[in-house]
Order: sequence, then C-alpha cells, then structure tokens
Amino acid sequence: MLIKRPADIRPSEITPETVYRERRHFMRMAGAGVLYAAGMRFAAAGAEQAYPPLEGPIAKSAYSTTEEPNSWDAITQYNNYYEFGSGKRDPSRHAHRLQVRPWTVVIEGEVARPRTIGIEELLKLPLEERIYRLRCVEAWSMVIPWVGFEFNKLAALVEPTSKAKFVEFTTVYQPENMPGTRLPVLEWPYVEGLRIDEAMHPLTIMAVGLYGRVLPNQNGAPLRLVVPWKYGFKSAKSIVRIRFTEQQPRTAWEKAAPHEYGFYANVNPAVNHPRWSQKREKRLPAFFASRETQPFNGYAEQVAHLYAGMDLRKYY
Amino acid sequence: MSGRRPIPFAALKAAVFVLALLPFVQLSYSALWNVEALGPNPAETLTRTLGDWTLRFLLLTLAVTPLRRLFGLPDLARLRRMLGLYAFFYALLHFACYIAFDQVFDAGEILRDVMKRPFITLGMIALLLMLPLAFTSTNAMVKRLGARRWTRLHRAVYLIAALGVVHFWMMVKRDITEPAIYAVLLALLLGYRVAAWRRTETSRAAGARRRTA
Repeated sequence: MLIKRPADIRPSEITPETVYRERRHFMRMAGAGVLYAAGMRFAAAGAEQAYPPLEGPIAKSAYSTTEEPNSWDAITQYNNYYEFGSGKRDPSRHAHRLQVRPWTVVIEGEVARPRTIGIEELLKLPLEERIYRLRCVEAWSMVIPWVGFEFNKLAALVEPTSKAKFVEFTTVYQPENMPGTRLPVLEWPYVEGLRIDEAMHPLTIMAVGLYGRVLPNQNGAPLRLVVPWKYGFKSAKSIVRIRFTEQQPRTAWEKAAPHEYGFYANVNPAVNHPRWSQKREKRLPAFFASRETQPFNGYAEQVAHLYAGMDLRKYY
Repeated sequence: MSGRRPIPFAALKAAVFVLALLPFVQLSYSALWNVEALGPNPAETLTRTLGDWTLRFLLLTLAVTPLRRLFGLPDLARLRRMLGLYAFFYALLHFACYIAFDQVFDAGEILRDVMKRPFITLGMIALLLMLPLAFTSTNAMVKRLGARRWTRLHRAVYLIAALGVVHFWMMVKRDITEPAIYAVLLALLLGYRVAAWRRTETSRAAGARRRTA
C-alpha cells in the first residue's frame, strides 16, 4: 500500500508551546489591562504542571501539521466526554474521578494471540508526537499535539487473522465515577469502530500524551484512539477493550441516532449533518466559523484511496 | 406607617440603566481585550451569555407588574419599558452573534438553518415578535395606538418569553437544569397574572350580582 506523505510538512517550523505561549502573552500585553493579563498568564501556565512529562524520547513525525496548536487550556477545558456530562466544561471538572491505574486493555477477537496488556507495557512502545487537526461534528476544530504510537504497532502484538475485517473499541465504564452516565444519553459503555484498513493506516494512532505530558483524563487517559480524518466522536477515549471482528461493529452514536451519525463519519463538507451544515468550521479560538471544511479534514491525500468507488453520501 | 415615601425615581432609573448595561460592557471588554476570559470558544460564550441576559431581562420585565402590586410600588412601572428594551437589545446582539460568528453572513445557510433546526426557528420567531413591541415602545406610539390596543399588542411579551425559554430548553437537550429554572420563574410570573385576572373576574361578577339584586 502506497502511503503518500503530506506536502506541507516542515518539522522545523512546528511551534514549541513555550514560543506559542509567549506570542500569546505578547499579544495580551499589547492589549489593555497589563496587570490583569499577567495574573491570567500565571494561572494558565500552571495547569499543565500537574501532568508529568512522558518518559523516554518522543520522536517528531512527518505526519504532523505545521499549523499552530491550540493551548493546553483550550484542549483540556473544552471537551466532549459525555460520561462526565454533556457540557464542554464538565469533563475537566469531573474527569479527575476516573481511575486510570491499574489499567489493562483486553485485545481479543480475530487475532492469533489474544492478550491483556497493562498500560505500563504500552507506554514503553516508541512514542511519537503527532500534531493533528481535530474536527468535531459540531463544526469546530482545533490543532492538537498528541503523543502516541500507530495503532498498527499495537495490532502487531496480537497478529490479526485474515478474518479481522473491523476493529471495535470500547471505552471504560465506571458509573460510580462518571456522573454523566446517570442520564441515558448514550448506551454505555461507549463503543466505536473502524474498518481494518482504516485502523491499520499510519495516521491512526493510540494517544497516551498531550504536549509531551501524560494525557489528562478528560482527553481520554490513559489510552485513546485518534483518527484525524474522521469527526472527533470516532476517536474513542479511555480504551479498555479492542476487539477484531468479522462483522461491522455497532457504534454508540449509530445506536443513538443512526440518521445523524454514520459508521464512517469521515469529515466531508459535501455531506451535511441532518440538522446543520458541515460546509464551514470554526478553528478555535477564532470567533468566525469562516474556515472551509476540508475533505477528510485535510488528510485526503493520505486516506481518500481507502474509499475509492464508495458513495460517501450513503456511507456517511 | 405615615404614607409611602416616593421613590427617588430619576436616580433609580439611572442606576438600573447602568446596571443593565454592565453585562454588555463586560462582554465587550472581554471580546476586545481579554478574549481568554471567554474560554476556548469565545464566540459561543458570547452568544450564550447574551441569550441568557435576554431571558433574564424578559423575566425582569414580566416581574414588574407582580412586584409593584405585591409591594405596593406602583412607580416600578416606569422601569418596565427600559427593562423590555434591554431584553430586545440583548436579543439583537445574541442574534447578531449567530449571524456573524456561526453563519458568517451567509443568507442561504441562515435560511436553511432556520428551516432545519426547530430551536433556531423558535428563536427567530421570538425575535421577530419583539420588533413591533420595541417599535411601539415610545410614548408617542402608545398615544397613537390608544392604551387599549397598545396593551393588547404588548401582551405578545408572554408568548415571546415562552418561546425564549423553549428555545433555550431545546438547545440544551441533555442537562435541562438551567432552562428548567427559567421555565419555573416564567410559570410563576404568568401564573400570577392568571390568578389576578381570575380574581378581578370573580369580583366583577360579584359586583354585577349585587347590582342586579
């Protein structure tokens, strides 16, 4: 399989967070209320200190975008993780209750060597930084510097058989720690799925970190899926079970609203959500939703061939 | 008690005017100079906060009549127009945010959105209903319409407030605590009117019976 590299990569130009923050700081100082702004900066700069840096080297990747990443605060305080509530701030308020140790991932189904793997072992895999665009189905987007490894590296540990046509991902279910699960918003635990070729694509990663640090719970700690060319809800968080299957899995959102959320959920400006347009998006923290949505979230060059001959209006 | 002291009305009116403007001042300041205070999605924060203030001013406007009757403060009626106009002011800004930030002035998309999303449809109807009320809020217009017709027209505010609460309720869908609070307050304010109306009807009927007896 020929995987084309994106044309726009210049790793030397990736903005380190410190530079990014200083730029923001300068802009704030240039505005009004210098003293107040200085106070804000002090408060904001502290938030990530609570998350230790990941151990071991983190390699850069040619798959990273050169776009400026969103701030730590934006990425960790504006989340959809319905198990902790449906407001954007709810996950950052409640996710500290999630128990992330001990943590094991059951890998089973159509594999030669089913295994239960502890998170410690997975954290020893070679890690890469992947700065990806994230496009939410709600028509906003961010740029996020994930740290993780390609899903195919994990699959290699269990050797999927020729019967493995799909992969099903299951999020942890800790009702006592997840206030959002008291409401029957979705069927818990949260289940997502990919076709095997989507899962094995080098853009598909399992993320364990953010900005070089341990992944915050509200972002799906300790281990989450990231599929950058699909709407964000496909990227299941806090994964405890990975099942290779012959049949297409039924996902949580398909069960909740089949006409609104399809199995594929590829970012596509030409296929609207039944209740709103996907033509444009708002790149946070911008005010205006003036950015044109890109097919496959700008990753068409890498992934469009996976869907050759498919009617993407039917398989939305 | 030896008679009510009159409310220092000019001072009260000025104070309410300034207080009611504070949310606008604060949001404008944040939007222009301290955008981080508005969180990761500043446009959404602006739109929602302006929507909240629209509902609050609608409820405050509706609270005037019950308050002046319950506390014997007829002068409060002189604040009602300003509160109503503030509700309209915040509704317009709320609408402007939606048009500018969410739809980037794309008329076709706006039209589709109004047709497709019932909560947008309701919000739009509520705003349209506010227009004639704001337009006829001057003393000259009250005179021109005549008190009776003017009063009848301005009863539309009950419907507007109800549409506003439903608009909010439908947007939230999952955690309905906040819209439920607005709904309860609105029910109390409208319930007071129904009760008051019943009382006058009964006493009028009683009066009629006495006269015929």
